[in-house]
Amino acid sequence: MNVDTQFDVVVIGGGLQGCSVALHLAHEKKRVLIIERDSCGQHASGVNAGGLRRLNRLVEEIPLSMAAQKMWHDIESLVGSDCGFRPTGQVRIASNQEDLATLEERAQKTRLLGYRHEEMINAEALRKMVPAIGNRGVGALICRGDGFADPALTCLAFRLRAEDLGVTIRQGSGVSAIEKNNQNWRVYTGAHSFDAPTIVNCAGAWGDRIAAMAGDHSSLKKTALALMVTARLPHFIDPVIGHASRKLSFKQMSNGTLVIGGALKGILTENQKDTLIDFPQMKESAETVCSFFPFLKDLPVVRCWAGIEGMTPDKLPIIGPGKAGSGVFHAFGFSAHGYQLAPIIGRVMTDLICRGKTEFDLEAFRINRFLP
Amino acid sequence: MKSLYDLVIIGAGPAGLAAAVAARDFGLSTLVLDEQQIPGGQIYRSIEKALTENTPVLGKDYFHGQKLVERFRQAGADYLPEATIWDLGRDLIVSCLVDNQARQIRARHILIAVGAMERPVPIPGWTLPGVMGAAAADILFKSCDMIPEGPVVLAGSGPLQLLVACRLIDNGVKVAGMVETNGFGDNLKALPHFPGALRVPHYLIKGLSMLWKVRQAGIPAFRNATNLRVEGDESAEALCFDARGKAQKIPAKTILLHEGVVPNLQLTRLLGCEHQWYEPQRYWKPVLDSWGQTSVNGISVAGDAGGVFGAKTAEAAGHLAAIDISSRLQALSAQEKASAAAPLLKERAREMSIRPFLDTVFPPGRQALVPPGNETLVCRCEELTAGQIREAVALGALSPGQVKAQTRAGMGPCQGRMCGLTVAEIIAASRQVPLAEVGHLRVRPPLKPITLGQLAKLEIAE
Ligand SMILES: Cc1cc2nc3c(=O)[nH]c(=O)nc-3n(C[C@H](O)[C@H](O)[C@H](O)COP(=O)(O)OP(=O)(O)OC[C@H]3O[C@@H](n4cnc5c(N)ncnc54)[C@H](O)[C@@H]3O)c2cc1C
Ligand SMILES: Cc1cc2nc3c(=O)[nH]c(=O)nc-3n(C[C@H](O)[C@H](O)[C@H](O)COP(=O)(O)OP(=O)(O)OC[C@H]3O[C@@H](n4cnc5c(N)ncnc54)[C@H](O)[C@@H]3O)c2cc1C
Repeated sequence: MNVDTQFDVVVIGGGLQGCSVALHLAHEKKRVLIIERDSCGQHASGVNAGGLRRLNRLVEEIPLSMAAQKMWHDIESLVGSDCGFRPTGQVRIASNQEDLATLEERAQKTRLLGYRHEEMINAEALRKMVPAIGNRGVGALICRGDGFADPALTCLAFRLRAEDLGVTIRQGSGVSAIEKNNQNWRVYTGAHSFDAPTIVNCAGAWGDRIAAMAGDHSSLKKTALALMVTARLPHFIDPVIGHASRKLSFKQMSNGTLVIGGALKGILTENQKDTLIDFPQMKESAETVCSFFPFLKDLPVVRCWAGIEGMTPDKLPIIGPGKAGSGVFHAFGFSAHGYQLAPIIGRVMTDLICRGKTEFDLEAFRINRFLP
Repeated sequence: MKSLYDLVIIGAGPAGLAAAVAARDFGLSTLVLDEQQIPGGQIYRSIEKALTENTPVLGKDYFHGQKLVERFRQAGADYLPEATIWDLGRDLIVSCLVDNQARQIRARHILIAVGAMERPVPIPGWTLPGVMGAAAADILFKSCDMIPEGPVVLAGSGPLQLLVACRLIDNGVKVAGMVETNGFGDNLKALPHFPGALRVPHYLIKGLSMLWKVRQAGIPAFRNATNLRVEGDESAEALCFDARGKAQKIPAKTILLHEGVVPNLQLTRLLGCEHQWYEPQRYWKPVLDSWGQTSVNGISVAGDAGGVFGAKTAEAAGHLAAIDISSRLQALSAQEKASAAAPLLKERAREMSIRPFLDTVFPPGRQALVPPGNETLVCRCEELTAGQIREAVALGALSPGQVKAQTRAGMGPCQGRMCGLTVAEIIAASRQVPLAEVGHLRVRPPLKPITLGQLAKLEIAE
C-alpha cells in the first residue's frame, strides 16, 4: 500500500481539540494528518459530562468561551449534526447567605469586566426555574444560553466532518518521537513516519510529553475524573445544576438519565491510560444529590465511569505557539473544562497557523508561563 | 459478619460450595455471597426446597448436590444469600448490597465462582413472549415448579437442549420439534475427540439414552437448520426455519432457544484479568493456572466462570482453588497441598475429557453468533438492531467500545452482558478480522444497579 507521508500539518491527538483543529485547517485547504494513539474521542472528549458552561469560567477564558458558545448554538453548520446540543441554561445554587455572597462577588467581578452573561436570581425565580429545589436554595447565579450536548455524538460528528473535508486519520498507534529536518518535522508512529512543516499538539492529558519532544517545558498533572449515570426518569429539570460551595453537579439528559459529576476523582491505573472508580467519592456525591433532591434516593445508578484530564497548576489550558519559529503549536491541558471550548480552539489554532495571529489574547495561555 | 475474611467466595454453586467446605477444613475464615435465596447454583438450584415428588424427574445428579449443600451448611462459613455484588476491586474489596444496605467487605483472597450464562440467541422474533432460553426454562422448573406451556419447540445446539427435552417429555409436555443448528458435519469433526470421551463412558451412555428417549417420543427432529425465526404477533406462534432443503414451520406456544452457555465474565472483566478466546465454543474465558489463579493477585476463579466444564469439574476446581488459597495464606504446607490436590487433579482431568468431544459436536450456530438480517434486535436495553451495529462499523467503529460510544449498545442496565458477544461477532464479521482482534466491552461498576439512596449510605471498608 502506498502511504502519503508529506502533509502540511500533523495534528497529534484525535480528541475533540485535535479534530476541531484539523477540520478548521481543512477548510483552509491544508493537507492534514491526525495521529491518534488509541481511537478518536476515546479519552476525555468522548466520556466527559457534556456541560457547556460559560457560568463561573476563569475570567481569562471568558472571551474564548463566549465565542465558543456562539458556535455551539449553530454547531450543525460546522459539523452537520446538532451534537445533542440543548441550550437549557446553567445555574449555580446558593444554600445560605455565605453562598450568596460568594456568587454576588463573582457576578460583580464579571460585570466590572463588561460581561453581561451571568445574572443573579432570587429564591423565587430559582424555584420557578428548578421547582424540585423546594426551599433548599436561597438564590443562584445563572447563565442563560449555556447548556449541554452529547460528547459521543460530538466526537463522531467532528471526526466525520474532518474526514469529509479530506483529513487523514491514523488511529491505534501513538507518536513516539519527533525530529526536525530543515523546514520539516518528521513524526514517528509505530513503523511509520510522516513529514510536515507544522505540528499541532492536541494530546490532552499527555500533551506535556509531546511538548517535551518539541523542547517546550510545561506542567501538567493527569487526573481521573469520574461520573455516574442513573436509570431514566420522567423529565423534571431543565438547566444544568451546580452549587456555590457543595460538590453538586448534574444534568438530566434528553433520554431522561441523570449524569452526576462535579470534580469527583477517579483512580488512575499504573499504565496511566485507564481509570477505576473510587466509591467513597461517589457515596459523597450521592449524599449531596439526595440531600438537595430527596425524591431521587430510589433512583438506580446504572453505571460509573471516569476519564483522564490534563490539569495545569493554574487550571488554564495551554494554547499557542511553542518555541518561536519552530512550527509547533500547542492546545492541551484543558483542566476539566475543554469540551465547551473545542469549536473555537480549532479556529484559533487555524488563525495562528495560517495567518500568524488571532483576535484573542492568548497571553494567559502561553506555554512558557511554566518556565522555572 | 466480619469486615475482613481470609476468603470471600462469590457464588454458591458446586464450585463455590466445594471451595467453602475445603477452606473451612483448612481453617480459613470464609464468607460466601450469592444472589440466590439458597445455595446450590445452577445445577442444584433450589435443592433444599425441591419437591420430593420431582425426584425421578430431576435425577440422581441433582441429589448429589443435596449432600454438598448439607456439608456446606455445617462447615461454619458465613453465608450471605440474596447479596448483589456491584463492585470488586484489585484492592480485594467486595462491594455488595444485602438487605438494602450497601457495604464493603475486605478479603485476603477472593474466589469468583459465578458460573456461566446462557448465550443470547438473537434471531428474528427472539424477544416475543413465549420465547426463552432452554436453561432459563429449566431454572423456572427447578425453582418455581413452572412447566412451559406446550406445544414446545426446542431450537439450537448443545447438550442442555437434549436434557431439557427429556425433562419436558417426562413431565408430559408436548414437544413439537427438536430443531438443531448443528449437524452430521459436526459429528465428523468431533470424531478425533471420541477416544478421549470414552474415559467417561457414563456421560456417553447418558447422552445416548437421552437421544433414545427423544426418538422414542416420536418428536420431529431436524438438523443443520438455518434461517431460524420466530413468528407471532403478540406472542410466539411458530418457529420457521430451513432444513432438509426446504422451508419448515412448526406451530408452538413456547419456543426454547439454546446455543450453549458462556462463562459469566462481568467480575473478571471488571478486575481487568487477562482473558483468552476459546474457539470451539466461541467465548472468552479468564486465563487461569491449574489452581484457578487469574493474572490478578489475590483473585481466583473456579467452575464454569473459568470455562464451561460442567458441575463435577466445577466442584473439583472449587476444592483445588481452596487448597491453593490456603497454602498461599500459609494455612497449608507445600507437601500438604500436593497430597490433598493429587486425587482432585486426577478426578478433574477425567471429568474434563468429555469436553473436547461435546464442544465440537455442539458448536454454537452461526446464525445466532452473527444475525444475518439487519432488523434483528441485538441490544435489548437500548433497542438496537444488527443493522445499527453494522452502520456504526461502517462509520469507523472498530471495537465494541467504539460501537458503544456511537450507538449506546451495552450502556443499559445489563451493561452489555446480553449483547456484548453478539456486538463483537458482528464487528469481526463486518471487518473480516478474527474476533480476538476486535476486543470486548469495558465493564464499569456498579455491575448491578444500586440506588442513590443506597450509595449514600454505603458502609465503607476501613
Ligand atoms: C469526566 C470528565 C468530565 C468532564 N466534563 C466536562 C464538561 O462538562 N464540560 C467541559 O467543557 N469539559 C469537561 N471535561 C473536560 C473535557 O472533556 C476536556 O477538556 C476535553 O475533552 C479535552 O479535549 P482534548 O482533545 O484536549 O483531550 P482528549 O480527548 O484526551 O484527547 C487527547 C488525545 O490525544 C491522544 N494522545 C495522547 N498521546 C498521544 C501520542 N503520543 N500520540 C498520538 N495521540 C496521543 C489521546 O489518545 C487522546 O485521544 C470533562 C473531562 C472529564 C474527564
Ligand atoms: C438447565 C441446566 C442443566 C444442567 N445439567 C447439567 C448436568 O446434567 N450435568 C452437568 O455436569 N452440568 C449440568 N449443567 C451445568 C452445571 O449447572 C454447571 O456446570 C455448574 O452449575 C457450574 O457450577 P458453578 O459453581 O461454576 O456455577 P453455578 O452453578 O452457575 O453457580 C453460580 C452461582 O453464582 C451466583 N452468582 C452469579 N453471579 C453472581 C453475582 N454477580 N453475585 C452473586 N452471586 C452470583 C449464582 O446465583 C449461582 O448460585 C446444567 C446447567 C443447566 C443451566
